Formats: sequence, structure tokens, C-alpha cells
Amino acid sequence: MLLIHCPYCEEDRSELEFRWAGEAHIARPDAIADITDEEFAEYFFLRNNEKGLTYERWRHIHGCGRFFNAARDTVSDRFLMTYKAGLPKQPVPGVSATEKTVETYEQTEGDAR
Amino acid sequence: MAEVSSSKAARTLALSGIRGRAASVSIIPAAPAERVSLRARPEDVTALSSALELELPTKPKTSATNNMRTALWLGPDEWLVIGDGEGESGLMAACAASGVLCSAVDVSHRNTAIWVEGAGAAAAINAGCPLDLSLKAFPVGACTRTIFGKVEIVLLRTGEESFRVEVWRSFSDYAYALLAEGALDATF
Repeated sequence: MLLIHCPYCEEDRSELEFRWAGEAHIARPDAIADITDEEFAEYFFLRNNEKGLTYERWRHIHGCGRFFNAARDTVSDRFLMTYKAGLPKQPVPGVSATEKTVETYEQTEGDAR
Repeated sequence: MAEVSSSKAARTLALSGIRGRAASVSIIPAAPAERVSLRARPEDVTALSSALELELPTKPKTSATNNMRTALWLGPDEWLVIGDGEGESGLMAACAASGVLCSAVDVSHRNTAIWVEGAGAAAAINAGCPLDLSLKAFPVGACTRTIFGKVEIVLLRTGEESFRVEVWRSFSDYAYALLAEGALDATF
């Protein structure tokens, strides 16, 4: 069973108590009525789907009920660190920035035809 | 026309009449109690504490008891306050009299409680709950909201071998059945 550290409960709790809540640190544009459809789609629909280090929101729904942010490795599924909601993006010691691997169909399967 | 003998309807507990007993665990529905789901800002905790005559805990996983009232820390700004004993315990009135902005919701009838007691109590709860219930990690007085099988519960340790399981009343059948099942496996 995966243990997740809740920064509000200040201890490791079972994954059963948590829910994933999407990518973290997505700022709502200040003038949302003025932006173009493309910019809105980028903010509202498009997510990075990064391989490796990624920042996500999680919620300790069957515990303290709070949302918090987590740095997680999408390859190993390992939680690298968690921190309270509202804090800026925290650097993870010893882990370099996300590998910019975007595996589109054209890149991975394009030559196989 | 039929005469209405009393204006008050008779109250039946969700788990009325049930009494479970395995070799090392007893599972008994608790008596009705008044319960308040309380949410308030950190700066208002002192005023609420004095109004409730009870120090609201501010550390995770802790509870405070005074004069039949128990306050359980559920989150950084959230408590479950339980008033035991016969009749109205005046929790809502006390919150209203505190004079601070807070959200106090009477959830007395939303929850029902189950006492789990005996040498195998922790093992019976661990049948559906992933928490570490050793005395080191979950001492007497510790409390938390957690998950039990498929339902959410609030767990309070009232003694080394006694737990209070607060569960929503429509889930109480399920919680009771799973506890009874877990108790059968708890051999000591």
C-alpha cells in the first residue's frame, strides 16, 4: 500500500484516504473575459502530461479533507514530496527538472507504418 | 379522529437491539448523543473554547474531553464536538453564544456511534481500516477521520482497548457487519 504524507495531518497515511485532484499550479488568467479561445483552451483543457517529475493537487478526503500539492514521479509512481496548498512550486532536492518528453503518436509510431 | 397521544415521535436507533460479541471483541451501539460539526478560523478558537467550556484541540489527531463533551480535531479548521448524556447538551447554544463567526451544524442524527471494546478491538477495526492503531501511533485520546472498508468513519480511542466509531447512520449496517466480521478474525 502506498503511503502519502499529508502536510496538514503531519504523518504518512494510506493512499485509500486520498483522491487525486489534477495538475497543480494552474493560475487562472486575471482578465479571463479578454483572452482568446486558444489561450482559454490552453488554460482550461490542456495539461502537460509530463513524464517524470510532475506537480499535482491531492486531497486527503477521508482524513482532514484538505487539498495539498504533491511532487510525484509519474514513472515510478513515487511521491517525492508534499506541501501545503498556497505555497509556490517547491524544488525537489536531487531531482532535475522534468524531462521534456512528449510522446506523440507521430513520434513513436510514425515510422512504423 | 384518532387522538395523538404525544407530540414527540418515538426515536429508534439505526442499530437498535443489535449486540455483537466475539471472543475478544464486543461491538455495541452507543447511546444517542448530540453532535456538532464545527468550523472556525484559528483566531476564533479561544472564544469558542471558552464558550464550549472545552479546549478545542489544534494539533492533528488529538481530542479534548471535559464534562461529557468531547472535541475531536478533524482538520486545521474543523472539529466534531460530541455531547454525551441524557437530553440536550446545549452545544449549539454554546456555539451561538460564543459571539464569533463560525459554522456549527447539528449532525446529531446524521451520525450514529458504535463502541468497539476488548483485546481484539484494534484488530477488528483494522479489518477494514489502514491506520496504525498501535498505542504508540494512536494513543488513548487520539482521533481521526479515516476509511473503514467502503465507508468513512471518525475513530476515537477512548481507552487502551476501547474505540468509538462514528459513522453516518445509513452506513451503520455496513460498518457494524464489517466490524462483526473483523471481530471473528481477531483471535487473542
